[in-house]
Amino acid sequence: MAGISGVSDRTGMDSEAHKTHWMGILKDGVIGAWPICLGYLAIGLAFGVIAQKAGLTPVEIGLMSLLVYAGSSQFIAVSMLSAGAGIIPIVITTFTVNLRHMLMSSSLSIFMRNLGTGRLSLFAYGVTDESFALNSAKFRGGNWDWRRALVLNHTTNLTWIASTVAGGFGGQFIPAGAFGIDYALSAMFICLLIFQLRGRLYVVVAIIAGILAVGLSLLIPGNTYIVIASVIAATLGVVFKRSRLFSREEGQS
Amino acid sequence: MIHADYLYILLGMGLVTYVPRWLPLVFLSRLQLPEWFEQWLDLIPAAILSALILPILITTGEPRHLDLMRPELLVALPTFLFAVKTRSLAGTVIVGMFLFWLAGKFL
Repeated sequence: MAGISGVSDRTGMDSEAHKTHWMGILKDGVIGAWPICLGYLAIGLAFGVIAQKAGLTPVEIGLMSLLVYAGSSQFIAVSMLSAGAGIIPIVITTFTVNLRHMLMSSSLSIFMRNLGTGRLSLFAYGVTDESFALNSAKFRGGNWDWRRALVLNHTTNLTWIASTVAGGFGGQFIPAGAFGIDYALSAMFICLLIFQLRGRLYVVVAIIAGILAVGLSLLIPGNTYIVIASVIAATLGVVFKRSRLFSREEGQS
Repeated sequence: MIHADYLYILLGMGLVTYVPRWLPLVFLSRLQLPEWFEQWLDLIPAAILSALILPILITTGEPRHLDLMRPELLVALPTFLFAVKTRSLAGTVIVGMFLFWLAGKFL
């Protein structure tokens, strides 16, 4: 990209060029996406197979992955479709299942300041549990920006669409349980959770959220327990922080 | 080729999925947020990740019930320790997959 200007300092130029050159951006985003792509490959194929058995064609499957792009709600929608459910129950269920993304987009908005509506709209499309988790960690770690995040989102999106369509042709392609691929996303979440534990307060909040989530998940059907548990835990965290219970080490925010 | 009904369902699903993803990004990214709210948002990833992963590891079935003997949990413990020790995402994903594959072979 232009605008680097005649910087004489060599290291400055390198890092500046690295920051804005499209090849570097593409490479960082695509390579950064690999754990999610592995997981989406496995889940996407499984979804395609199930959707095909429910009577959907590969085109219909691909269209759903493109227009909705939210794994768990797609599984639910397919099972509702084959049970003969109508549009209203399916859409309402989808809404409640995917409402958790609102929290994720809110949290990511901290890193997305001063961008136009167009860029934000492109980015918003790709906010999933997995891309949220990975981008949050990468923004925190530095050397990450909205362009790389956008590439990562759309790389995972393409993987999802392609995998679901491939599954829709009836091929499992990967034998069930092969290479432990079903565990890729769980392992990624475990590691990204640890990256987020940047002090005692974060550990306390995570423990509260985890316990609440397990408790609520046993009591209420669906997945709203994720939102409820996270909101309560983060709110308690702010209360703890403001009441200086954890003031010693949490200087920065 | 594609039924209109199916297309309407997809459009409805797409809309109610996209709007919650879009609204906070467009509005919150422009606002000067109060300090407590920024702190709250900063705690959200730790909270969500924990709320996402823990039920997956220790509950199962429909309706859900506790099950502490699942390979998912068994594998999570060494995976967790590995992640704490190495802080390597790539390593953790590979180790987790390998252990889960092993668990599938021998359990």
